[in-house]
Amino acid sequence: MSLPGLLLAAAAAFTAPAALAAPFEDTIAQRTMACTACHGPQGRAAPDGYYPRLAGKPVGYLYNQLLNFRDGRRHYGLMTQLLDPLSDAYLMEIAQYFSALEVPYPAPLPAGSAELVRRGRELVMNGNPAQKLPACVQCHGQAMTGVAPNIPGLLGLPRDYLNAQLGAWRDGQRRAHAPDCMADVIKRLSSDDINAIGTWLAAQPLPADTHPAATLPAPAPGYVNLPCGSAPLAGQAKAGTTAAPGGTR
Amino acid sequence: MSALRKPGRFKVAVLVLASVLAVLAALVWFLNTRGEVDVINASMPAAPADQTLVERGAYLARAGNCAGCHTARGGEAYAGGLGIGTPFGTVFTSNLTPDKATGIGDWTPAHFWRAMHNGRSKDGRLLYPAFPYTSYTKVTREDSDAIYAFLQSQPAVVQPNREHGVGFPYNSQAALAVWRALYFRPGTFQPTDSRNAEWNRGAYLVQGLGHCAACHSARNALGATTTGLGLAGGLIPMQNWYAPSLASPDEAGVGHWSRAEVVSLLKTGVSPRASVTGPMAEVVLRSTQYLNDADLDAMAQYLQALPGMRSETDEPDNASVAARVPTTTLPPKSGTQPPGAGEGSVGGKLYAQHCAQCHGDNGQGVPNAYPALAGNRAVTMANSANLVQIVLNGGYAPATAGNPRPFGMPPFVLVLNDQEVATLLTYVRQSWGNRAEAVTQFEVHHVKTGSSSQR
Repeated sequence: MSLPGLLLAAAAAFTAPAALAAPFEDTIAQRTMACTACHGPQGRAAPDGYYPRLAGKPVGYLYNQLLNFRDGRRHYGLMTQLLDPLSDAYLMEIAQYFSALEVPYPAPLPAGSAELVRRGRELVMNGNPAQKLPACVQCHGQAMTGVAPNIPGLLGLPRDYLNAQLGAWRDGQRRAHAPDCMADVIKRLSSDDINAIGTWLAAQPLPADTHPAATLPAPAPGYVNLPCGSAPLAGQAKAGTTAAPGGTR
Repeated sequence: MSALRKPGRFKVAVLVLASVLAVLAALVWFLNTRGEVDVINASMPAAPADQTLVERGAYLARAGNCAGCHTARGGEAYAGGLGIGTPFGTVFTSNLTPDKATGIGDWTPAHFWRAMHNGRSKDGRLLYPAFPYTSYTKVTREDSDAIYAFLQSQPAVVQPNREHGVGFPYNSQAALAVWRALYFRPGTFQPTDSRNAEWNRGAYLVQGLGHCAACHSARNALGATTTGLGLAGGLIPMQNWYAPSLASPDEAGVGHWSRAEVVSLLKTGVSPRASVTGPMAEVVLRSTQYLNDADLDAMAQYLQALPGMRSETDEPDNASVAARVPTTTLPPKSGTQPPGAGEGSVGGKLYAQHCAQCHGDNGQGVPNAYPALAGNRAVTMANSANLVQIVLNGGYAPATAGNPRPFGMPPFVLVLNDQEVATLLTYVRQSWGNRAEAVTQFEVHHVKTGSSSQR
């Protein structure tokens, strides 16, 4: 084996996803190797952006994202092409598989300026009553680990990815099922707000229990009524719009 | 003294030219309207369609895969709005729901039949052949009426048709008329007496509602399928996928398969010797998986009887692959290893690192999960576009009723550069008994940067 060949192989090994040496199994894990090749076990940074963590996310949230990519509410060509040939029932099974995975979270990255962190914490925990901006915890759970089945946790994600998703919502590049409550929320955030929120979130360690909460938190002062839409989960009757988080309308 | 200075001659020349143009225009008009459906006395059906007719129409609409084009991504069924990319611009599909203002709610069965059979809309406009009436013209009046009844039974959706993105001169009715005069002959399917009923049913489905020739035949510079060559394969415009020849045993000809294997491929998307991916996965997912066994059998019989071209190799696909010496396109120089050959080469190393865990150290694959690469016609056929697409973008087989939980392949576009993809594919195409041309970096780049359809 020549030296250039050896160096090339070594370089390829460091830049490529780890090749699993496990034997073939007739399991959903084997079937979703097409997903984990990019998303990795804990999410992975890539040349064209960040592929977020799938393990432990609420099942309804994962299912809705798969539908969003397939139906054009989120835009990423490789995802769309992979999902096009698949059925709703199979997408649901894939969502259930990743939702149930237990994978440890990596340590959080150090945060930026103290002012940014303080402002981010204020917005996440208390919102901004003057702007009628609800606190993030109102929907995403007091521990920010999400609420089953449809609301994702926001910890363990890099700041740039969080900023990019909020920015995409603001520009209309990312949409959720109508009524799109996140689009509503984003209108009340400035760019600095977005950066502060992303900075603070990315710096937070995960709590001991990383699972999504079973129910929404009780309405707190500053509660804002926000109807949110999502697709009915495959196999269930048509759900339509869910009740406003935090209580009945 | 120039002849043009004599006004008489000039006038004659103009008159002759005008007459020739007039004759040509008349010919074009004649070819476009000859035998066209009469809609002067068209009327709406007297009574609502009975359920049997609607169900038959639903089945036929599946066979024709109407929803595949007439439903936008994430849109309402049959409400149109999907952009079909063509070399002449983007054509947007129309609303087929029974809304009276924006759909076909006030179309009569005769109008619908004229659109299917003659490619003319209710308002008299000629339709772009992106709507494959060049195939649908073969559909019978009864089947057209059934599809009409089914569409009229769908929920009405208010969605105005989008304006097409086709530029001058292709967007003019005159240009369409000339194209149709040259390339379109309306006519219902005529059975071949020397063939049995099953073959004729298969021919009717493949040539008509199946519109297989729309992809599996080559198109000329004006976008017309050169039907004289049968289903001899074609590059799908704008998508950089190659629809292989259904006649050639070196590509996707199925003459040497069992009938059951052909039916399995169309019904489930997988079969012992091949599986579908890319645009064909969509066809199986939305259309052929819903056809009944008798119709699939008939289509299989027709496809298996297609006149085939002589094989360029003397080995049938999936021949047993005992250890063979890999072949190369270049004679090896003494002391150097030919590119792409042998496991120690760059291609071999890339294969071992990225591919072998699923496709096997010897390209043997895993039955019903990962296709074998050794002896696989999709690997060795001359056109390498599909191979490049699959390696760059990955893919799943369609999740059909018969194969509801398919296995998938990840994308490698962000892991391998163009040269690595070319080297890897050359290795795969020339190992384990495979004998095919090398793949170049240029081919990979061309597929990667080719424009795709709006979908």
